[in-house]
This record gives sequence, structure tokens and C-alpha cells, in this order.
Amino acid sequence: MRSLLGPLAAFGLLGAALAFPLVFTLPYPRDVMIRIFLYAMLATAWNVLAGYCGQISLGHAVFFGTGAYSSTVLLRQDWLGVWASPWIGMALGALLAALLSQVIGFPVFRLRGHYFAIATIAVGEIVQTVVINWDAVGGARGLFVPIKRPDSLANFQFHESKQTYYYIALALLVLAVGISRWIVRSRTGYYFRAIREDQDAAAALGIPVARYKQRAMAISAALTAMGGTFYAQYVFFIDPESVLPLSLSILVCLVAVLGGVGTLWGPILGAAILVPLGEVTRVQLGGTGKALDLVIYGLLIMVVSVVQPGGIMALLQRGSRRS
Amino acid sequence: MVQYPSMTAEVLLQGILSGLLMGLVYALIAAGLSLIFGLMEIVNFAHGEFLMVAMFTSYWAWALWRLDPLLSLPLTVCLLFALGAATYWGLIRWILDAPMLAQIFATFGLAVFLRSTAQALWGVDFLVVKNPLVEGRVSVAGLFLGLPQLVASVGSLAAFAGLHWFISRTETGLALQATAQDRQAASLMGIDTQRMFALGWGIGAGCVGVAGALLSMFFYIFPEVGVTFSLLAYVAVAPGGFGNVPGTLVAGVVVGLVEVLGGLLIAPALKYAVVFAIYLVVVLWRPQGLFGRF
Repeated sequence: MRSLLGPLAAFGLLGAALAFPLVFTLPYPRDVMIRIFLYAMLATAWNVLAGYCGQISLGHAVFFGTGAYSSTVLLRQDWLGVWASPWIGMALGALLAALLSQVIGFPVFRLRGHYFAIATIAVGEIVQTVVINWDAVGGARGLFVPIKRPDSLANFQFHESKQTYYYIALALLVLAVGISRWIVRSRTGYYFRAIREDQDAAAALGIPVARYKQRAMAISAALTAMGGTFYAQYVFFIDPESVLPLSLSILVCLVAVLGGVGTLWGPILGAAILVPLGEVTRVQLGGTGKALDLVIYGLLIMVVSVVQPGGIMALLQRGSRRS
Repeated sequence: MVQYPSMTAEVLLQGILSGLLMGLVYALIAAGLSLIFGLMEIVNFAHGEFLMVAMFTSYWAWALWRLDPLLSLPLTVCLLFALGAATYWGLIRWILDAPMLAQIFATFGLAVFLRSTAQALWGVDFLVVKNPLVEGRVSVAGLFLGLPQLVASVGSLAAFAGLHWFISRTETGLALQATAQDRQAASLMGIDTQRMFALGWGIGAGCVGVAGALLSMFFYIFPEVGVTFSLLAYVAVAPGGFGNVPGTLVAGVVVGLVEVLGGLLIAPALKYAVVFAIYLVVVLWRPQGLFGRF
């Protein structure tokens, strides 16, 4: 019975998610859902590296930015014609991010724990500073995504309705969760968790620790970059302050930590709570620049860390075991 | 193109001098971080936000009572000491044996909370303390020294010396060291380790209180001010080795120098990138720190 419950719940949720835009036709609820999917997807990608493999990266904005900049820079090359498509940009961005993650990973994976986390912050700051001063990609002024008409899947731009964006975001989330789930059940997933639990013991058992850490980072980076391309095509403007800041890296972690690190559903749950929470505080308490949603995020994260480091998923599991 | 002053020995010397002055302040901030890490292997990711709180304390003491940051310094330090100790009792105490992830995110949550609370209460504008007690500059052999910067660096150095004396010469300081070396053995020797941890957090935050008060004489005050400083503090702590308080003095000065020289020799806009890049090289070359002890 229990083994049936999980898939049933998953398909039920997926069905509800598919039907959502048919019921809610206004742009606002769709926008909230799209951002839930995007953050859930980014947190799922982060979770592959941090949750399963135990390497807490605080610099994932680098990969998000890679995706956003790759597709946007490519799209601005008019002479490429149809080859400048954001879809190609997305694939290119994912590839570049995976490559970049290997370059970054090679040195920083020599560090552990807190040192690793701080080193990833440093990498993030370096990349942001470099892009701010890199005039060829717009520097601190950022880049506008060129508007293409008409709305079509090939153009990856929809100015009339958010419906297609909604389904693309959902598809990206399903892809990320699917990859995550596949990893969890494969040999790779067992290796990841062995590394997370005890790196030295894993190495002693013959697991090529460095190679598997790099593999986790590559998967995580590529997925994050795809989210970055989606963001660029959805918002139409990117700059180092919006796609490369430390605060983005942290927000993605917060989503996963709140929901439950190292679980499949945790990142989705976290996004489903944090994104609407941000909306409610913004609408209810109002005021620009009053980061009241962040006040609550901060409190929540402290409470979760102290009360239940496993996040809400662990709370739920504890509850269900008791009943 | 902006015209930068041509690279002369004078400019270089001037740069080295101001890097040196700033580096001493970085060292003091890093010392607090290093002390806390040495005591319980927890990185305080809210360290920069403690600095921000200290700077706002100085600002409000000036704005409300016209108290100069130098005069309100004792108040700022006491407040920060209380904040540090309260952080230990209210937050850190509960996660001492928690997984690393919980340890990282507990202080991260505190950082987000403090920063956004400051933003909600006081807005995002850059504030300055006008007409400070110490202002202007002195000229020594053709080189200019900002007086507030000079006072800040001398003050930081004095606080550093006081900290070093306290840790290595007083009984409480020795108890702190014992707790850092072996928690259980220390508690068997009759040391109240909980009190030591709280004291460590108090002193760590107190260092930042001194630094924040001194910085607020000449630096802008805004909710995100701590971010850059805390990143530089992590950088300054790593080469010295986490937990090695004297080592951070050298490392802090080096960070100050690299920042200025990177700005002068490469590009001003890239100065922090240079600092972080050198940091990465150092931790990769010697993960235990240049003067590492573990």
C-alpha cells in the first residue's frame, strides 16, 4: 500500500499542476506558480550536490548566471539566424556550466566542510566582479533579451500569455526531479551518499571520491544553468545584480534547507512555502525595499536549523511514523 | 577612460600605507571570527552582520545623542558582547552537535534576519556620521594619512593586543584555550564550557564592535555593509588558519595590502576579485593555513 502511495501522490500532484493554468487564467497566479517551479528546480539541482553528495556550495549563482548569459549573448547574435535560438543557448549554457563546474571543482573540492562553503562564496564573488567589469556582455548595465515575434515555442518567448512558460517551467522541474530520482536509485547515488556520510570511509572502500564529486557538481551546474536560461527568457533582462549575486545562491539553499536537504520532495516543498510566503508578505506588509519576507526567511531558517535540521520533510516523516 | 594617477613610487607608497591601515581593521574583524571557530569549529556567517549592527549602533548614538563613535565605543562593544553571548545562548548552543549543514545555515539565517531587519527598520540609504571628532589628514614626508583611518588602525591594533593578552595571560583566557583544545577534558577540569563558549561568542562579537565603531568614523553605514567585510574576514582568517588568532593579524594586513595593490596594479574595480583569487590559491596550496596549527 505504502509503495503505491508515493507514485499516486506524485501523479496526482503532476495532474493538478498540469490542470492549474486551465483553471487560473490570470497572469498573477501563473507567475507565482512559475516562480515556485523555477526555485524548486534550482533547489533540486543544488540538492544533487549538497543534499546527496554533501558538498555545500554557496556559489550556485555562477551556474545560473552562466545559463542566463549564454542564451542571451547567443540570442543577440543576429547573424546566426535560427541558430541563435534560446533552446540552443540553453543547451550551450548547460554545457558551459558543466565545463565551468569542472574547472571550479578541480581546486575547491580539495577543501572540506566550512572551507569548501567559503571557497564557493569566493568563486561566486570573483565571477560576479569579473562580469560587472566585462563590457562585452554588458558589464554592470546588464543585457536586454531581444524581443522576437511572433510568440512561438521556437522563439522561446511568449508575450501574450504565460501559459507556455508555465508548462516549460513545469517540464524543467520534472526533468530535474527525474534526474534526481534516477541518481538516488543508481549506483552513483549510493556513491554520493557514501561520500556525504564519510569521505574517508568512502575512499577506503574504493569509491573515486574526487571523480564523483565532480560528477555531482557537473549535473547540478548544468541543471542550474537551464534554470538561468529560463529566467532570462522569462524576465527579458539580466545583469550581474540579478543573476549572479550571493543572495541568489543563498536563496536557493534556503529553499532546499527549509523543505529538507537530501530528499526528493524537500526542494519542491520548500519552494511551495517560500515563494508564496514572499508574495504574501509583499502584498500584506507592502513597501519597496522593506525586506520583510527576508526577515521571516531568516527566522524560519534559524528555527529549522535548531529544531529539525532535516527540514519540513523530516518533520512530516516523523509525524507519519508516529501515527 | 578614467585617467588613473601614473604609477610612481609615491603612489605606490601611499597605497601600501592605506592598505596597511585598513588591513589592521580587517585583522580585528577576522580575529573575532577566528576565535569563535577555534573554540567550537563553527564559522559565524553572521559576522559581517554583527559589524553592521555595531556601525548602526555608532550611527544612532551620534544621530540621537550627538555622541561621537569614539565616545560611544564602550557602549557599542558592550552591546555587541551581549549580542554575541545571546547568539550563543539562543542559537548556537542548540546546534553544537548538529550536522554541519545545520551549523552553516543557523548562522546564515541569523545573517539574513539581521540584515533584512536593519533594512526594514532603517532603509537602504547610505548613512554617514557627519563632523566626527577626528577628521582631516596629516602629511608625513609627502604621504597623506587620513586621521580617522589612522585612529581606526591604532585602535584595532590596541584591541588586538588586548585580546592577545587576555587569551594568553589571564586565567579565563587560558580556560578558553583549554576549552578550544578539548571540550571534555576542560569540563572535567571544572571549567564551565558553556560559559566559555558564550564568552567566546561575546568576545568575538566584541572585536567586531570595536571595529564597527572605528569604521563608522569614516565609512558608509548601510544594511549590506557587512557582506564585503565578512568576506574579507574569511579570506583573512584562512591563511592564518582558522582558530589561530595571532596569525590573523598578519593575514589581515596582507589582505589590506593585496586589496590596495591589486586595485593599483591591475584595476580598481577588480580589487576584491584579486583578493579572493589569492585566497583561493592560498587555501589550495596550504588548506591548514600558512601558519596552520592543525
